[in-house]
Amino acid sequence: MSLLSLSNISVRYGRLTAVRGVTFTLAEGEMLFITGPNGAGKSSLLRAIAGVTPPAGGRVDFADHDITGQAPEDIARLGLSMVPEGRDVFGSLTIEENLMVGTGMHAGSRGWRARAASELEAVYATFPILKDRRHAQAGLLSGGQQQMLVIGRALMTTPRLVAIDEPSLGLAPNITDQVYERLIALRAERKLTLLIVEQSSTRAMMAGGRMMLMRGGEIVLDGDARALGQSEAMQAAYFGYGDH
Amino acid sequence: MGGLMQVVFDALSLGSLYALGALGIALIFGVMRLVNFAHGDVIAFCVFALLWPSVDAVAIIFAGNLPWYLLIPFALAVGAGLSVLSEVVVFRRFRRANPATMMIASFALGFVIRYFLLMLFSSRPKSISLLPELSQPVEILGARLPLLQLITILVTITVLIGLTAFLRRTRFGLEMRAAAENFTMARMLGVRANRVIMGAFALSGALAAAIALILGSQTGTANIMMGASVMLMAFIATVIGGMGSLAGAVIAGFALGAIATVMQVILPPDARAFRDAFVYGAVILVLIFRPQGLLSARGTKERV
Ligand SMILES: Nc1ncnc2c1ncn2[C@@H]1O[C@H](COP(=O)(O)OP(=O)(O)O)[C@@H](O)[C@H]1O
Ligand SMILES: [Mg+2]
Repeated sequence: MSLLSLSNISVRYGRLTAVRGVTFTLAEGEMLFITGPNGAGKSSLLRAIAGVTPPAGGRVDFADHDITGQAPEDIARLGLSMVPEGRDVFGSLTIEENLMVGTGMHAGSRGWRARAASELEAVYATFPILKDRRHAQAGLLSGGQQQMLVIGRALMTTPRLVAIDEPSLGLAPNITDQVYERLIALRAERKLTLLIVEQSSTRAMMAGGRMMLMRGGEIVLDGDARALGQSEAMQAAYFGYGDH
Repeated sequence: MGGLMQVVFDALSLGSLYALGALGIALIFGVMRLVNFAHGDVIAFCVFALLWPSVDAVAIIFAGNLPWYLLIPFALAVGAGLSVLSEVVVFRRFRRANPATMMIASFALGFVIRYFLLMLFSSRPKSISLLPELSQPVEILGARLPLLQLITILVTITVLIGLTAFLRRTRFGLEMRAAAENFTMARMLGVRANRVIMGAFALSGALAAAIALILGSQTGTANIMMGASVMLMAFIATVIGGMGSLAGAVIAGFALGAIATVMQVILPPDARAFRDAFVYGAVILVLIFRPQGLLSARGTKERV
């Protein structure tokens, strides 16, 4: 049973087509990396899934709902949590306030405050640095801490699928290691489905799972991350050898 | 001493009006990147909502005769209601439009409200007596001032404390602050765009009504243009304060009130008529040295 399914999704900005006819399904619990060079359309694809840039064509289904063209808040409320490129912490809010924003979607349901509080403790257990600085303004955190904050903030919504756009962007390699270590542990603990966008295939090969390569708005390869990463087809496709 | 305190109270009460107005504008700008130029007309509308439609010079008071504990909630509800209505009927359609388009829509809405009032009440100012018990003088720290002036200051302080508590302590306040900083991100966390925006409009409209009550009691007249000068100063205050920064808007509002009052005192009598020109001059100086405003607003991210 697939959790997320895209069929023939395209994204346009005026006359520019950033994503053309992308089709794939993602099963519950799967970890999928979408890699590809700058400008391939990876972020546009994620934004289309999250409802931020409604797709120009095609259809997205998530958890048995047709979410094509739905509002971002409604998609989030179904359990699809998006961590956009560049992290987007609420810089003037404290760390704890940042974490609490997403718990509002459960407000009013029975026992939601208690659940939010225990969720908060779980996130703090995963990222102790956030607990130490819980009352600090989020804008003052380092890049790595901000990345942990936005992942924690996404978890606070108790999502089924987390989509993360370039978690390694601007981070030192050892900090990226830490972020990935937590992500992979979280996936096991919570049976999370992960959709991770990265420019390079390095992380995908380290983490394993499934990998797709995107170029010029299209998915050009799809397969096992480790096998694909070492293949010459990957190299050729990434850099576009033989395209011209 | 008494003379100095008089100036201080004048500055505070004038600054209060500007601060309340600036807050109303900044609240909406924060979540929508909309400069709502209809705000001044909402203020006027709230005053006229207390009168029966008529074109006579002496107003026929309708809700204005209610005791204060009914009058105030009534006015606040009218302001909040009109403001929310303007969002649902007008601004919602422009949410994806660029800020200039939205601003023009707000001008248009302002005209509609103004001409609606003109139709019912004519352009002739009307004398009204609103909350007359507030015009009696009180003596405080050696200064004699109308009770209303004191109440204006106290109301403003109460509103500021209440609004701060609301924004800091409630879930809705948290969502509003998050949305003001990055609307799209807030939505991706499940924050409902329409609710937050309607909440901002309701608060802004209630603030407009508070100004309407103060202005109406202070001047004893109802005039369809009565919101305009407060709106202008409030707009300037939000610009100086850093668009979208609530604290900046309030501080700048009080600062403008102080500058205007002090100018009134120190300028030679012949130059007093040009007081506002001097105020604008001071504003230009501020913007030359801090073009981003006193407290610059956080990231001006896309809102939808
Ligand atoms: N908001 C936008 N408006 C116009 N063009 C955009 C916008 N966002 C992205 N693009 C264009 O769409 C293409 C794909 O961009 P993007 O999705 O950001 O790729 P990636 O994330 O793979 O680097 C690029 O050509 C980019 O310039
Ligand atoms: Mg990108």
